[in-house]
Amino acid sequence: MSVILILIPVSVVVAACFLAGFIWAVRNGQYEDTCTPSMRMLADDAPVKEPKQDLQKNE
Amino acid sequence: MATTAPNPATLSDLETASAVACFHCGTACGTKAFITDGKAFCCHGCQTVFELLSENGLGQFYRLNTVSGVRISEKPPQDYTYLDEPSVRAQLVEFSDGKVARVRFHLPAIHCIGCVWLLENLFKLRQGIGKSQVSFPRKEITVSFDESVLLLSDIAALVASLGYEPELRFSDLQKPKASPATRRLNLQLGVAGFVFGNTMLFAIAGYLGLDVFDGPAFKAMFGWVSLILSVPVLLYSAADYWKTAWMSLRQRRLTLDVPIALGIAALWGQSTWEIVSGHGEGYFDSLAGLLFYLLLGKLFQQKTYDRLAFDRDYRAFFPLSVVRLRHQASTIPDEERVALSQLRVGDRLVIRSSELVPADAKLVRGGAVIDYSFVTGESQPVEKLEGDYLYAGGRQMAGAIEIEMVKPVSQSYLTSLWNQEVFQKTKENIFATLTNRLAPRFTAVVIAIAVGAAAYWAFVDPAKSLKSFTSVLIVACPCALALAAPFALGNAQRVLARRNIFLRNANVLETLARVDSIVFDKTGTLTTAGAGEVSFVGRASSPGQADFGPTDTHPLSRDEERKVFSLAVQSTHPLSVRIAESMRGRQVAEPVIAFLETPGCGIEGRVGDSEVRMGSAAWMLGGGAVQGTAHGSSVHVMIDGRHRGHFAVTSTLRPDTGNLLGALADQHEVALLSGDNERERARFTALFGGEARLRFNQSPLDKLGFIERLQSNGRTVMMVGDGLNDAGALKQSDVGVAVVENIGAFSPASDVIMDAALVPRTHELLRFSRNTVRIVRASFIVSTLYNLVGIAIAATGNLSPIVCAVLMPLSSVSVVAFACGLTGWAGRRSGLELAPIQSISPSTSFSSSLRSTDTERENLVEKEDEAAIPVQGRATEVKRL
Repeated sequence: MSVILILIPVSVVVAACFLAGFIWAVRNGQYEDTCTPSMRMLADDAPVKEPKQDLQKNE
Repeated sequence: MATTAPNPATLSDLETASAVACFHCGTACGTKAFITDGKAFCCHGCQTVFELLSENGLGQFYRLNTVSGVRISEKPPQDYTYLDEPSVRAQLVEFSDGKVARVRFHLPAIHCIGCVWLLENLFKLRQGIGKSQVSFPRKEITVSFDESVLLLSDIAALVASLGYEPELRFSDLQKPKASPATRRLNLQLGVAGFVFGNTMLFAIAGYLGLDVFDGPAFKAMFGWVSLILSVPVLLYSAADYWKTAWMSLRQRRLTLDVPIALGIAALWGQSTWEIVSGHGEGYFDSLAGLLFYLLLGKLFQQKTYDRLAFDRDYRAFFPLSVVRLRHQASTIPDEERVALSQLRVGDRLVIRSSELVPADAKLVRGGAVIDYSFVTGESQPVEKLEGDYLYAGGRQMAGAIEIEMVKPVSQSYLTSLWNQEVFQKTKENIFATLTNRLAPRFTAVVIAIAVGAAAYWAFVDPAKSLKSFTSVLIVACPCALALAAPFALGNAQRVLARRNIFLRNANVLETLARVDSIVFDKTGTLTTAGAGEVSFVGRASSPGQADFGPTDTHPLSRDEERKVFSLAVQSTHPLSVRIAESMRGRQVAEPVIAFLETPGCGIEGRVGDSEVRMGSAAWMLGGGAVQGTAHGSSVHVMIDGRHRGHFAVTSTLRPDTGNLLGALADQHEVALLSGDNERERARFTALFGGEARLRFNQSPLDKLGFIERLQSNGRTVMMVGDGLNDAGALKQSDVGVAVVENIGAFSPASDVIMDAALVPRTHELLRFSRNTVRIVRASFIVSTLYNLVGIAIAATGNLSPIVCAVLMPLSSVSVVAFACGLTGWAGRRSGLELAPIQSISPSTSFSSSLRSTDTERENLVEKEDEAAIPVQGRATEVKRL
């Protein structure tokens, strides 16, 4: 049973990775607007081409 | 969908003329449809958008939503050049580095998938536009654009040309930075959830007796790991509770947060002591779970509030900038656009048709027809002569005028009305909320029991003393109690919002439940604001005969009606708008040549080969002393010099008003206050019954005084009114209900904003509120029972970690389920569910259409279009202010 002594820290580390992922997602603004993305995907013929340069990058 | 069988009498008319719906907006096209690619359009604007979209390969717009429902404004494009003025621009642009700028516009017309798709493909329509992103819930678009290619005004004009006229409100200039509150709450919740899951895993091992096999090694290890994991929960997730508890202690008030903080502290303190001393395995799983549920409740609450981003800034009614004349002395004055904040007393301003007078001013040049409906509630515009005094908030209804400011913007009439002491009285302090009233007692009782138990055990069995003290606080930690009210009220708020009734905050429900007097405004509340009953009283006699007595009715022929319609749509005069509205769908406008609006008299112009004039009898017939009809307003029509009769425009009662008053009269005192004249007294006396108080010719201050008198008699008053004119009364009343035809429009002084179509169901709103408060009380009882059971065990000093861990989350979950389930049920039970389908707001019908089947969605979209058209028209009107 002493393998649990290793497995437990491993499980905590794995869970911490998910927590880190969650924190990243929140910081990234993915929880700001949970409504519009669901509509965006309904317009299935995605725009043929994206804007030539993504002006937002210069932010 | 309700299929309205065409009336046999008009069937032939329909077939010949207006059976075709506009391909873009879905309005019936009338006789002269604009045809492109075999598709019919009701107006040139719709046709242009279609051509623009198909040229740029955006035809998919029409597949996403068969009819877009965005009606293209028939009015000439608005001038947005003032946006390029540096001081205005600097306040609107979110980001700019000289090459690329980003701007955010509020577009109230956004209402469907098609809108999102179209607006996010803006870059295909114009060179120089980068990424555009739509936030559907906030109805906002964020656009990046190349500053070297496009001006800010170009962007505004482009979206406006697509039918999404940006709503440029003064508050946009002063918008607060986006608060990271929700983001922080999400993170706190995530951390608590993470720790909850992991410590629960360890705790279950302990409960199941894992140590039976391997001795106490695991117990110690799990305990220490849990202790380490609990630190972020204590310091980060619970941070807000420490803060609020500390604040309330400093203010010497006991709020519900105090025992929560005390409980968290005791839980953590005792658990840590147990782990460090090796006496037990602590309650860290309970601690994390407790915070997880508390924060979940908080997030739920915040989401509800975010949805109702209420703007209580009355300045939103004022235009962003006005035209100022620079050189008063020179013969040809220069015009410049300036922001309101830059205006000074003595400035000469040009106020064009439909613009608002920004400050008290003197009329210098031009004929003013001022609509004071925002200020006085009287919808009939007032004619002003040169030299007359104009009050702020009035709206010029005729051509351009020149005014000279007499008072600065900040001290003008509306502002001083606003700044009156009585307006600033915050109701929140007068009526302690339900939760806060109970909280101090609860907190005091819990602390007393905890101290009592500790004292008892100190004498009987000192070992149990500390344990019983902390146990009582832990188990009594009023999480269920704290959650009951926010969840029940929050859910009730959502239930109402789904039915187009928006509350300023959840506490309004408690006040609503106590209402015993209801005061109604007339115009726009009990009667519909923009859609008066228009009837034509025809006349066959020869011209020149100044006889306006009752005659045989000779209705206008289709041809004549089209001419009248064509002329009426040119004008922004309320009566023209009403007359045009009454014909819309039946007729299509023809171009009008030599259109002239004579302020205060009427409009004239050449339609086809006929001279058409509409207006007052005095103006049309050369000053002959003629009287209009006694009821409502009358607009006389003359075609080719021949007097054809007049339109009688009355205001119509909303349907079911009689039922409403009947239902209210049982339990409430009902009164009517109107800024209008007495001509409809008899009609309302019949409706309200003899005992009700009816007051006419009421100024805003009269209304205010009336409500004050009611309140001084100990009544809890609900005022149902419309717009800024009732601001004082709405604010003074215990619950101010602003009735709006368009949800985008807001009334600053109100506690409730309600869709106008729901006015006849006010009694259902009151009943629902009373039920909700009952549910909250019941939830309190349930959670108190939980606490009593827990405290009873805890006070004996025999509380085991298992009981603590099970009892607390269970009580929270069950109380929340109880509260939410019942409020949802009460909402379905309430008659509010039966609201007319037209009243569904675009956002609501979208979310329901997502859930519904395809057929249902089609129906909804079609119904939505019916609703969208007047909404759009109205939105434009509001924006023009």
